[in-house]
Amino acid sequence: MNSLDRKLLREVWKHRGQMISIAAVVAVGIMVVLTMRGTYNSLELSRSLYYQQSRFPDVWANLERAPLSLIQRIQNIPGVAVADSRISFAATLDVPSIDVPALGQFVSIPENHRPLLSDLHLRQGRYITSGHSDEVIVSENFALANEFIPGDTLRAVINGRLKDLKIVGTAISPEYTYAVPPGALYPEDERFGIVWMGEDALGPVFDMDGAFNEVILTFGPKADANRIISELDRVLEPYGGLGAFPRADQLSHQILESELEQNRSMGTVIPVIFLAVAAFLLNIVLNRMIATQRTEIAVLKAFGYSNIEVGVHYLSFAMVAVMLGTLVGIGLGIWLGGEMVTLYGDFFDFPTLRYEVSYGLIGIAVGVSAAAAAIGAMGAVRRAVQLPPAEAMRPEPPARFKPGLLHRLGLERLLPTAATMIVRNIERKPFRTTMSATGVAFALAILVVGMFMFDSIFYMMDLQFRMAQREDMALTFNSPLPRSVEHSIRNLDGVTKVEPYRFVPVRLRSGHREHEVAVTGLEAGTRLRRIISADGRQHPLPPEGFVISKYLATDLNVSVGDYVSVDVLEGQRIKTTVQIVGIVEDFFGLSVYMQLDALNRLTRGARSVSGVFLLVTDGYESRINKKLKGLPAVASVASPAQTLASFEKQLDEGMYISIFFMLGFSGVIAIAVIYNGARVGLSERGRELASLRVMGFSRREVAILLLGEQAIITIMAIPVGWIIGYGLAAALTLSIQTETFRIPFIVSTATFVYAALATIIAAVASGLLVRRRLNRMDLIQVLKTRE
Amino acid sequence: MGEVDVHALRSVDLDLYDGELLVVLGASGSGKSTFLNILGGLDVPSSGTVYYRDQNLSEASHQELTRYRRERVGFVFQFYNLIPSLTARENVALVTEISSDPMSPEAALELVGLSNRINHFPAQLSGGEQQRVAIARAVAKRPDVLLCDEPTGALDLETGKLVLSVINQVNLEVGTTTAIITHNAAIASMGDRVIHMSSGEIAEQTSNAERAHIDEIYW
Repeated sequence: MNSLDRKLLREVWKHRGQMISIAAVVAVGIMVVLTMRGTYNSLELSRSLYYQQSRFPDVWANLERAPLSLIQRIQNIPGVAVADSRISFAATLDVPSIDVPALGQFVSIPENHRPLLSDLHLRQGRYITSGHSDEVIVSENFALANEFIPGDTLRAVINGRLKDLKIVGTAISPEYTYAVPPGALYPEDERFGIVWMGEDALGPVFDMDGAFNEVILTFGPKADANRIISELDRVLEPYGGLGAFPRADQLSHQILESELEQNRSMGTVIPVIFLAVAAFLLNIVLNRMIATQRTEIAVLKAFGYSNIEVGVHYLSFAMVAVMLGTLVGIGLGIWLGGEMVTLYGDFFDFPTLRYEVSYGLIGIAVGVSAAAAAIGAMGAVRRAVQLPPAEAMRPEPPARFKPGLLHRLGLERLLPTAATMIVRNIERKPFRTTMSATGVAFALAILVVGMFMFDSIFYMMDLQFRMAQREDMALTFNSPLPRSVEHSIRNLDGVTKVEPYRFVPVRLRSGHREHEVAVTGLEAGTRLRRIISADGRQHPLPPEGFVISKYLATDLNVSVGDYVSVDVLEGQRIKTTVQIVGIVEDFFGLSVYMQLDALNRLTRGARSVSGVFLLVTDGYESRINKKLKGLPAVASVASPAQTLASFEKQLDEGMYISIFFMLGFSGVIAIAVIYNGARVGLSERGRELASLRVMGFSRREVAILLLGEQAIITIMAIPVGWIIGYGLAAALTLSIQTETFRIPFIVSTATFVYAALATIIAAVASGLLVRRRLNRMDLIQVLKTRE
Repeated sequence: MGEVDVHALRSVDLDLYDGELLVVLGASGSGKSTFLNILGGLDVPSSGTVYYRDQNLSEASHQELTRYRRERVGFVFQFYNLIPSLTARENVALVTEISSDPMSPEAALELVGLSNRINHFPAQLSGGEQQRVAIARAVAKRPDVLLCDEPTGALDLETGKLVLSVINQVNLEVGTTTAIITHNAAIASMGDRVIHMSSGEIAEQTSNAERAHIDEIYW
């Protein structure tokens, strides 16, 4: 080790507080890269492998019923690689361990070979065998939640008949990596399972012998996706086609994709903020170091050290801090990435999912942070290099001050002299002040963004489950029932109110735009299911016409008063036009509402209902559930209150973890910026402050003079941080506008207040750290040495 | 090698009298700065006692020492130590704002002959002017003790003499007990009393029958 290296090491140690705080900023940035981008890479890798191995389809289409021979025509559509047919139905499962009916999504699989497309991945037991019509495979999570193992019996109500099925295996499928039951928001494993059953057995049970009601297909090379989908729709039209949709609209894929996208963008945006802050801090710390070491630099040069050696020496300070942070960040990132992927494994079902340490990613992380160090150090190092030795021997001339803006405005006279000092120091370094305030502002903004999500989600859930869905229970029937069913249900003990609803699948068209959706028919003056818009106001449902989601209106490019073409996708498959009478900004799915009577007229079918909303007397729920479980017509029973409660419980846990991290992230930035700012200030003004102590200023007064600057920076940063946070939150909100759900843009006052408070606490903590140093300042030493 | 105690001062026994101008002479390392630090309440002796009137400074807490410096002592430093971000007037005001019975900053600056420079920043003032601002800052609070550490050390002869005459004038007009610490023996003649320090001890103590006029001093 040469002497210059030894000097480096000793000075790194001397400045360890600053080095550590900067390293911490870098470490968080790199940790986020490794965690988020690493998770993204790992999930992406597992997913593509899984999709490939299981032959995940590119297109899905549901229809009423078509003969098996039709599949050949579909196979012949140009661009189609493999087309396969299957039968899929929802049916009620009777699970002894729960007191509500469970929903089984029955999907047919070939008995003699594995499915051509969308193969299962067996987790336990075996595949079904030919000739055993009662053998089924169930989805793994459903089995785990209800403690089913191969060999157990599963009781199902299929087409009104009770049937005992034999579980021979458990499996996962890429179509259900995130198994959300119809109409729900997140997986409910106890109450929703996938049941794979042999097609020869399933066909007859659902009256689908020699027929199918679902098509899946994959694209060949250079396939034209849009043409294939419209051609498929055309082929299926006479068979009750419900509209084909591509992979991008497949629910499980869509949710996974948006999760991946979030990881990717977070893994980019956050590190950029942190590395920029680190570069800025290195800039001020090194500039100060070089100012105090002018004579040392001069001596080094006088003794023959080259400019490059001097430059590299000072650049090394930046590199030491940054590389230390990078190493810690890589370690933490790999650990946290592993945890994160494990957490994802709980939510998404993959055959294999583990965090893959990517050396490429580590390489990028090291490269990017080295670049940040170089950028941060550049200005200071250039100064060191350009310093002529003769000039450097002389002490730095006293700082020049001139009257600033406050002085010219005449406002300074109003301030005590001590405050004038603080103000002038801030005015003299507009760049440093602005950058410091920006750094602290970002720390605050990170908190606003971290917390606003919960404001928005809680608001959204409250609106949906307390204001819009006011029923105690929502029943869905397996297939539409005559309205007389209302009376039978009203007669159940404890039921105080019954309101029917109906779902009708339709295709809406406007110009060349079209969308397959379900129209929800609600009774005029419905009390239990209200249409609530984002601002919390109830939206009226006129006697005629559609009230539709704003997202759908935008998608179809229609406004109130416009007419849309409607292809009813069931019954007589009526084609007609309907006026849009209202547009509502809502959060979940794409909704089309119409009064029930108008909807019945539209379909020209019998007055039937798809389900009912119930109000029940307190304490009767479980008794009613037990009754409903025995009714084969009831496919599912949902309770908004329960859904909300379990969702909030889940959210609460996530919220604390998430806020913990956000507090850590923003604390690291705020502390590093304030601490380094104050340390550099102390170094620049130590002599001045020591003089004041000698002249009788107390420790407190001197601390105020030094830290007042940081206090003003923090106060300036608060409104800026609010604005940045508000903007980032708005951008994030816009990026999470999907068909499945849209996050409302709600930032509560509490979020702003807490974010500011946390920032102030971080600032005060860093101030205290520096104050300790200020108290230990050697008054005599500072006075004797001329800098 | 362990730490070795080095005694900068040994068996120093001295009284300062009201209104007196004391010159402390000594080479570098003679202990005169330590002596000044103890007088000014910046440091406490490891043994022995220091009294300011009835107050035992050698047993004072750091808060008590701060109060002592704030209320009783004025300091003039070799390198002025003005606050670069404050003008001359503001540098003085900084001290008067925390004093109980100060002069106005303008009066203090007038006392040192700088009425015409009150709105200048330190960087806009010459060395002598800066030192006079420092003296104005030290005397503005009407201290009982004025301690000057090599006040002319960074100045040329003419400017140095101007500064000394200001100190002399303050001593005579305000009656502040003044101690000037210097290695410049020529200054000795302006004091009421002169002590010579060497190796941490008072080597010699003399009284001047008459204080020399500043104009008579040369170095």
